[in-house]
Amino acid sequence: MAQIFHRSTNTFSRATIFGAVFFIGFILWVIGGIVRSPYFTNQGIEREQPVPFSHQHHVAGLGIDCRYCHTTVETSAFAGIPPTQTCMNCHAQIWTNADMLAPVRASFATNKPIVWSRVHRLPDFVHFNHSIHINKGIGCASCHGRIDKMALTYQASPLTMSWCLSCHRDPSKFVRPRSEVFNMNYVAKDQDVLGPKLMKEYGVKSMIACSTCHY
Amino acid sequence: MSESKALDFKEFRKRVGDLRGREYWRSLEELSRDESSFDEFFHEEFPQQAVALDKGVDRRDFMKLMGASVAMAGLAACQQPAQSIVPYVRQPENYVPGTPLFFATAMTLGGFATGVLAESHTGRPTKIEGNPDHPSSLGGTDAFMQASVLNLYDPDRSQVVRHMGDVSTWSDFIAALQPVLKNPGGLRLLTQTITSPSLGDQITKLLAALPGMKWHQWEPVNGDNVREGARLAFGSYVHPVYHFDKANVVVSLGSDFMGTGPGHLRYARDFMSRRRVRKGVTSMNRLYAFESMPTSTGTSADHRWPVRPSQMESIARSLLAGNGESHIAAIVRDLKANPGASIVIAGDEQPPVVHAIAHAINQALGNHGTTITVMQSPEVQPVNQLESLRELVTDINAGKVQALVMLGGNPVFDAPADFKFVDAFQKVPFRAHLSHYYDETSELVHWHIPETHYLEAWGDGRAHDGSVSLQQPLIAPLYNGRHASEVLGAMLGGLDQSPYDVVKAYWFSKGFNDQTFRKALHDGVIANSAMPAAGGAAAAPTIQQPNNPTTGLELEIKPDPTIYDGRFANNGWLQELPKPQTKITWDNVLIVSPKTAADQKIGPDPALVNERTTVLAEVTYRGRKMRLPVWVMPGQPDNVLTIFFGYGRKRGGKVANDTGFNTYVLRDSDALHHGSGVQVSPVDDTYRIACTQEHQSINPQDEGNQGERGIIRSATFAAYQKDPNFAKREEEREDISMWPAYDYSKGNAWGMVIDTTVCTGCNGCVIACQSENNISIVGKAEVLREREMHWLRIDRYFRGPAENPEVFNQPVPCMQCENAPCEPVCPVGATSHSSEGLNDMTYNRCVGTRYCSNNCPYKVRRFNFFHYADYDTPALKPMRNPDVTIRTRGVMEKCTYCVQRVNAARIRAEKENRLVRDGEVTTACAQACPTEAIVFGNINDEKSRVRQLKEEPTNYGLLEELNTRPRTTYLAAIKNPNPEIRG
Repeated sequence: MAQIFHRSTNTFSRATIFGAVFFIGFILWVIGGIVRSPYFTNQGIEREQPVPFSHQHHVAGLGIDCRYCHTTVETSAFAGIPPTQTCMNCHAQIWTNADMLAPVRASFATNKPIVWSRVHRLPDFVHFNHSIHINKGIGCASCHGRIDKMALTYQASPLTMSWCLSCHRDPSKFVRPRSEVFNMNYVAKDQDVLGPKLMKEYGVKSMIACSTCHY
Repeated sequence: MSESKALDFKEFRKRVGDLRGREYWRSLEELSRDESSFDEFFHEEFPQQAVALDKGVDRRDFMKLMGASVAMAGLAACQQPAQSIVPYVRQPENYVPGTPLFFATAMTLGGFATGVLAESHTGRPTKIEGNPDHPSSLGGTDAFMQASVLNLYDPDRSQVVRHMGDVSTWSDFIAALQPVLKNPGGLRLLTQTITSPSLGDQITKLLAALPGMKWHQWEPVNGDNVREGARLAFGSYVHPVYHFDKANVVVSLGSDFMGTGPGHLRYARDFMSRRRVRKGVTSMNRLYAFESMPTSTGTSADHRWPVRPSQMESIARSLLAGNGESHIAAIVRDLKANPGASIVIAGDEQPPVVHAIAHAINQALGNHGTTITVMQSPEVQPVNQLESLRELVTDINAGKVQALVMLGGNPVFDAPADFKFVDAFQKVPFRAHLSHYYDETSELVHWHIPETHYLEAWGDGRAHDGSVSLQQPLIAPLYNGRHASEVLGAMLGGLDQSPYDVVKAYWFSKGFNDQTFRKALHDGVIANSAMPAAGGAAAAPTIQQPNNPTTGLELEIKPDPTIYDGRFANNGWLQELPKPQTKITWDNVLIVSPKTAADQKIGPDPALVNERTTVLAEVTYRGRKMRLPVWVMPGQPDNVLTIFFGYGRKRGGKVANDTGFNTYVLRDSDALHHGSGVQVSPVDDTYRIACTQEHQSINPQDEGNQGERGIIRSATFAAYQKDPNFAKREEEREDISMWPAYDYSKGNAWGMVIDTTVCTGCNGCVIACQSENNISIVGKAEVLREREMHWLRIDRYFRGPAENPEVFNQPVPCMQCENAPCEPVCPVGATSHSSEGLNDMTYNRCVGTRYCSNNCPYKVRRFNFFHYADYDTPALKPMRNPDVTIRTRGVMEKCTYCVQRVNAARIRAEKENRLVRDGEVTTACAQACPTEAIVFGNINDEKSRVRQLKEEPTNYGLLEELNTRPRTTYLAAIKNPNPEIRG
């Protein structure tokens, strides 16, 4: 009986079997890529806000300190979103007729809060505390990026667990003097020496137990 | 029911008698189980779970379901939904978002207030703690206080004013009230017990403004006997307050002073303060208890005698006379040896004469002024509430009542059956009712007003010693509720007076100013506001004719230990809370002793009980018949049928309705607490009972039942003094581990010690844990499958004969083993160890293999078999602790030592560059415990309380021979029996 399949199909089937491994690997690689991509992590996506608030203008332009608005960043888990009152501290005096600020004035007049779109969001099973990071010498810019260069705020970091762990495993690479925490322009001179020194001084530990964040 | 399997009580008693070589046992079923099924029972994690699905799922359905869930999973993996952040317009001062605030307020139950600290997250009360400065609490809380936060958010609470069942308004009610007020002679006010000075002031003013109006008080658990007993002894309604910390010898005549009643948390703390057996302690107090159905107090006693309720008076009389059986004589000798340092206390349910006798004995012993303070009653107007209600019903039937305004209460449900309250009630032409729920009474009124929760309204109240607490709200009324003072205000014509105005005006009229008022609010208690002492000596009761014990069966009727008089029936946490002693959830039963069950032939088949089934029996009492499930209870006196009231609600809410049996129909005014002339007969029918006693059992004996494993270790105080190391065992513990040894000696090493001597099994810790950690309830059907989610269970062990065994309570949280057996078996690394020695559980990693649970020798892991957490009810969302993840289906969970609190404390300390101080962080269970039986802290800190306890000779770990190195350890139970009394 004649062969049903030509000899060349042997090669073809070998290639298919071998290729399947690569194909599955490729699919996994694609999935891995997608879940790390901004599509999933929201990294770098600017959010539309009721008022197009510009950190660039307020921080870099006017030199307002982070803590003027984010008042509880040193004391609480939550950094705090400023109440309308804080906006009106200045905007009762300047730009009082700007169209852009109409929602702020409306909020203040009607006592209805401004509903901001959330930019940084962690899953509900992750518990993050701003105050301890600030107190241990982690700069705002280390996670939030150059806020002073953002016209509309976006999430600078992926906020994935592996990203968190890159610092939690070895904080010496990121720790900075407490005086520089709110400095957007800070560039470490000699982090290899400074990092371990500051870790010792501030009592910074590598916190990698699951219950550090998950509970 | 096969004949061969029916419980043979002769055989059974033989077994109980010899206990088959076991010292400690958990239940009658355990003893009656035959050898082969016995070991299997402890080996399996869920012995009953093979029947989890009613019918199998075939392959096609499985594929269909799986296909659907895969598709769903694909959809669910889309991008995170957008969220918004809503800041304040004007942020309140001192408010730090992300950090909870604590406010002192007070919860009133049965008229008496207990100070609490309520935790508020962004304006939402989420957790109740005891106020350490409040005399009734000292920081402790009971299950009712802990669970009250669930009542606040309960979506079944009444939300709108109703007229004849239709939606109406508050102003319509006020308009309807006006003609009624013009005829004060026909107006009656019915309230519950009131200690609130400001409400009392309003009522006094109202009575003056409306001459002819009468005020009645009624609640089913009312302390009438305490009042009448005091009047018999002292001539007026004075109020005894006990100081158990000063008493060496205590005799309880049916009193559950550590479990229920005003001041029970304080009493438990004080009493147990004399039972902390530590190095250097040379004395211990002693408690003799005579009681019927076992209670937390009786089972904590050094000597307990089960007696029928009708026997109590003769026991009290023989104590007074100093004669009687040998044990009475021994008690009398012990009391006489401790004059001025002893207490004889009668239970709330005992007849007044027993109270009077107790007062007379205390008088003779010189206890008044030392261990007992007799003070003026903290109540606004102490009355005999039964007579008060009787007068109301008589007046109604005589046609004298034109209008009835009820502030709280549910008399249609809970009035004595022989009053026929419903019939009388409906004759009143104008009926108005203020209540939390649109309940059995609300249904039959013209006007129903929703009532505020204590966390929603201003008020005040007095503690068991009369100390005043201001009750401040943490949240605006969620459901348009009104406070009693608003109704009274409307009747007084002060329409624009808010409850705040009422309270403030009252206290300002008593000399307070802004500053002192704020201080009182901050402290949660007004300093030096206890009631003044009342003069006079107790006279021996003049009733010459003693009531002799009756023969035959007796019926004992008591408030339910977890849903009280029925007012907590819609609280799922309390419904699912295993009742102390019986460990039954979601039901009330007919409790009988083993002998009575046999005599009356109503004993359940032991084989059936293993399947969580019992038999029904028919109770015939005063011509009324009722079917109730039988529960055989060791330690129950013979010939006493005990039933709890509060169940069988028809209009209590979704959770309450149609659970259990309404036993109020058996409660008559002349036999509120116990009665004779009851018969019981078997019924050929079965009933499913969700009892947790045998869930998550640890075999108290080792493999092959060769010897005790030392789960419970106990000794008498005398034996302890001879050999303080009695609880130590020489275990061959090879210190081997699959992992390289980890050095925990640096930094924090969290640990816990639980003192089994002072644990009363009150369950406060269980609900505290549930509230703190967002633990779901699962419902009766799932409890029957052993799937209750409590992270902390209280195991109860017996020792000795079933007629009157000793009882040991053992709270079992996660042991946080250093060599945790659960960890190596997790295929995905969802449970792992932290550097501080915590056995972490990472919910988001868990894939639900349940290997960990299977490998846990302590059986403390809980699995979400279904979607138990309520994700949908909007009202319940704000109640949850935002610091703890809400677990979903298919995820394992367990006690974490409240790691959210540990982390918060560590962060606080790290920011200040210091170590966590001892006492700065504690777990929810330890914080709630009224007797401070649970102590949590850093065992690396040599000065910490937990470290000191770990160094006590009585400290031992559970199943340490397994080399688990548990961080939770126990102090052995020590009792102090009188050597003169045998057995």
